[in-house]
Amino acid sequence: MGKFVYLDHAATTPARPEVVEAMLPYFTEKFWNPSSVYSPAAENKQVIDQCREQIAQTLGTEGKNIYFTAGGSEADNWALKAAAEAYESKGKHIITSKIEHHAILHTCDYLESKGFEITYIDVDENGILKLDQMEKAIRPDTILISVMFANNEIGTIQPVKEIGEIAKKHGVIFHTDAVQAYGQIPINVDEYGIDMLSASGHKLNGPKGIGFLYIRKGLKLRSFIHGGAQERKRRAGTENVSGIIGLGKAVEIAFDTMEERTAKEREVRDYAIDRILAEIPYCRLNGDRKKRLPNNINISFQFIEGESLLIMLDMAGICASSGSACTSGSLDPSHVLLAIGLPHEIAHGSLRMTLGEETTKEDMDYVIDNLKEIVGKLRSMSPLYEDFVKQSK
Amino acid sequence: MYSEKVMDHFQNPRNVGEIENASGVGTVGNAKCGDIMRIYLDIDDNKVIQDVKFKTFGCGAAVATSSMATELVKGKTVQEALEVTNKAVMEALDGLPPVKVHCSLLAEEAIHAALWDYAEKNGIKIEGLEKPKTDISEEEEEEEY
Repeated sequence: MGKFVYLDHAATTPARPEVVEAMLPYFTEKFWNPSSVYSPAAENKQVIDQCREQIAQTLGTEGKNIYFTAGGSEADNWALKAAAEAYESKGKHIITSKIEHHAILHTCDYLESKGFEITYIDVDENGILKLDQMEKAIRPDTILISVMFANNEIGTIQPVKEIGEIAKKHGVIFHTDAVQAYGQIPINVDEYGIDMLSASGHKLNGPKGIGFLYIRKGLKLRSFIHGGAQERKRRAGTENVSGIIGLGKAVEIAFDTMEERTAKEREVRDYAIDRILAEIPYCRLNGDRKKRLPNNINISFQFIEGESLLIMLDMAGICASSGSACTSGSLDPSHVLLAIGLPHEIAHGSLRMTLGEETTKEDMDYVIDNLKEIVGKLRSMSPLYEDFVKQSK
Repeated sequence: MYSEKVMDHFQNPRNVGEIENASGVGTVGNAKCGDIMRIYLDIDDNKVIQDVKFKTFGCGAAVATSSMATELVKGKTVQEALEVTNKAVMEALDGLPPVKVHCSLLAEEAIHAALWDYAEKNGIKIEGLEKPKTDISEEEEEEEY
């Protein structure tokens, strides 16, 4: 078998062996329902709360403010819908950005259908939220601001602290989707003025199907799933014990290794970006060069289409993703790339590569060597490139 | 996602390139939607397509349908080439995923556009050939929503 390079860690990551090992007993000998009275079950209750506490510490808060969910999308849905419901007597206006994940945008669509008004704030050419525009958009009936911590496609890190300060000044709740950022960037919810935060396990080498929502003490959010008294009566259902254990372990390792791991990722990332921009003509880096997730590379190649690029990379054993329409099932390219002002045809030719801790410069050399060849091949059969060459003559 | 034949035509596209002083050239689609197809035809005095080349900006299905369409029209008369429908192209490729069917329409339209160009250049009329729409992708978009 040839070389295999996985560059889609923003989509999902492999669970660490230590994570799986920690989880396994909870499927079999420690299968107890944490709500039961007998002592082995009570032990499960305890370990769950230990995980909760441990996660809380990474955010500078207390365990009781962490609510386990089935993942990031559920946490986003809960945050928005519950805040909307709880505070609609104050107003029905919500502010978000144009580059949110669909878990936020489609929840906003739903809320709009329920009579809420949503304002979508622009971002600049690097994907950074326009703070002035956001502050101006705040009205007496604004109840919630939801802006992602870092973008999943272009990796841009938002001025979260400033957003938090503005929200606080105007008495508006601030939620952040930190699914991509959590475990990659240190976050303190008090320092950043965050009232709610969504995170997911499988983005940080934990299991799929588990995540959490941080809810600041005092926010009067109602139950998202009705039933038993789990999660302080706000999210019923027997706990996903093994998932929570796995998430706890993954968080523990992610935070222990964060500094070293992200430093290495940044180095490989910058090495690859520099090589691509220097060696492949007619391409551009999307997203901010500095305020960027340690593992994110997003490049647009002119005159070629993203899906073709992905298939050819796949044939070389390279897994990546694209903002091309053809990979999303719609005819429009990525809303994020359009929001930073890319014309459609350039947005179609985008490539996202998200590194992991195991990604080396040698891996990236292999990828870039292939990329040069593939981009050349696709351009040689592109009518857009043909026109471009003829016009430049 | 794609059939073996689609993958084969994507990986080893037939008839990629340009024809200088082509008898007819047709370009359809638009970059906005992510698909542009250009077909060059070399047609002899007996109205037989002697050579055909294409260039395509688009996804795997767009490239594969272009490639297959060129194979299907090569050596055919102008009238026969007109009969090469998107359905025929799709069948020859052992099918396409539903979201990619519009790519095969593009191939049919590109051939028609090239034939139209040929007819105009030579001042002839090809029975059954209508003036091609310049942009079929936008129509697709409307159907989609």
